[in-house]
Amino acid sequence: MVTVDNLTVSYRQHPALHHISGTFARGSLTAVIGPNGSGKSTLLKSIMGLLRPAGGRVTVDAPRERMAYLAQLTEIDRSFPLSVMGCVLLGCWSEVGAWGRISTALRQRVDTAISRVGLAGFEQRTVGSLSSGQLQRVLFARLMVQDADLILLDEPFNAMDSRTTAALLALIHQWHAEVRTVVAVLHDDEQVRAHFPQTVLLARELVAWGDTAEVLTPAHLHRARMLAEAWDDNADICHTDEATPALSASRTRQAERVSQP
Amino acid sequence: MMATYQALWDALIGPFAEFAFMRRALVASLALSLSAAPLGVFLTLRRMSLLGDALSHAVLPGVAVGFMLFGLSLTAMAIGGVVAGLLVAGLAGLISRSTQLKEDASLAAMYLAALALGVALISRQGSQLDLLHILFGSALGVDAPGLLLVASVTSISLLALAAGYRGLVLETFDPIFLAATGGRGWLWQQGFLVLVVLNLVAGFQTLGTLMAVGLMMLPAVSARLWHDTLSAQLINASAQAMLASLAGLLLSYHFDTPSGPTIIGCAGALYLISLMFSPGGWLPQTLKRPHLVG
Repeated sequence: MVTVDNLTVSYRQHPALHHISGTFARGSLTAVIGPNGSGKSTLLKSIMGLLRPAGGRVTVDAPRERMAYLAQLTEIDRSFPLSVMGCVLLGCWSEVGAWGRISTALRQRVDTAISRVGLAGFEQRTVGSLSSGQLQRVLFARLMVQDADLILLDEPFNAMDSRTTAALLALIHQWHAEVRTVVAVLHDDEQVRAHFPQTVLLARELVAWGDTAEVLTPAHLHRARMLAEAWDDNADICHTDEATPALSASRTRQAERVSQP
Repeated sequence: MMATYQALWDALIGPFAEFAFMRRALVASLALSLSAAPLGVFLTLRRMSLLGDALSHAVLPGVAVGFMLFGLSLTAMAIGGVVAGLLVAGLAGLISRSTQLKEDASLAAMYLAALALGVALISRQGSQLDLLHILFGSALGVDAPGLLLVASVTSISLLALAAGYRGLVLETFDPIFLAATGGRGWLWQQGFLVLVVLNLVAGFQTLGTLMAVGLMMLPAVSARLWHDTLSAQLINASAQAMLASLAGLLLSYHFDTPSGPTIIGCAGALYLISLMFSPGGWLPQTLKRPHLVG
């Protein structure tokens, strides 16, 4: 479904993701974990094409309108005078665009989504009057309306209580059962073990990618913590992708620096 | 009884019944209220409340060039103003997309330069009076071509707002969602800025380049205090702008004050009232009202 091929994304030349390769299979349910600043959100944004890679590429085997992305909740402007209904209706955007008519079937899908997340009766409330948990459920309803094959979730359970988390997890399992591909950035190792068969462990470099049980080992987690804290303002230019002479030149320079007292 | 009626007539209707220039000024400012105030609501929602102000300054060098080449010709100055405004808005958008500067910073830089250029050009070429005329307008001097300009801009803006409403709301509320669905956010943004520039230029003969922003922003800011839904805010903003236009024109007629600033002053008074008494204002926040059960 999604193939990540030697992907590097950098901010001001410092890599946020460094030579990452791997595949999200169709219908897989994957957690992306790693310490803060390890490039988890960057990976999702790169898959959505919201960031330009510094190297490598991401190939998605789905048209744009079959992809859905849930940004972190803090990115939403909650003071906007928009009703719950209006917000969920925006999920029809890739189907109807700016001018298309909302058909009865689409209306039906919107109503179903709103009651599926337990917000029936809230349709006319404004998004500003909702709690964070309720707003997240509205955004999940919008995801349902989008009816996507690939669903990317950035920290969907941040600041959610256990009841909301359980309800949203149930939705994610339903998507998994419908053979949609789901990728979620998470922080809770226990939750990942319990609910996500596949895991990607990032620390700017790729630490491990595969079955959750094999990825979440103490050795991998320790390595992730060590890697994430390394930031060098005077780092050398990375030559991994270039021919051997450049590589050896860089090695030599590194060796010189190390040998200095 | 008859005397009261006569006094009311003289105060409220008489000036418009008697003078064509008052009628033209009224129609022009009512039309402007219809389109400029809703745009202002969108500007506040985008947290770009000061953008209108910046753009109104940016229009100035274009107006000045039109003035230098053709004198006080409305067409020339309006075309110059639109070109300059679009140039500044477009360049600012380009700068913010291709450098690390945010949109507001790049726009601030552009409009300050444009304003300096505009004032220098006008002062070199014309008299102090011309400069005042351009900066603060003269609603009472609206002629037929001016009326046509305002009417066209209002019609275009309202039609464009209606057609682009869904996209504009989406792009304002959740630009990341729009980008993730492959929508071209900058297209909506630039289209919106074109409307803002058009309305500022349409307002400059009636109200002047500086005062035109007042009719756009003041009613918009007040309207946001009154309602929770966007459609209500848009209608309220237009209504407040129209009320301010009518009251401002009458006051400026009776007390012989300049019309543009008087209209904006009335909008300011409405803002003050909104601040005090609207649901989102001061009084309901301070009044201790019983809370509900759920």
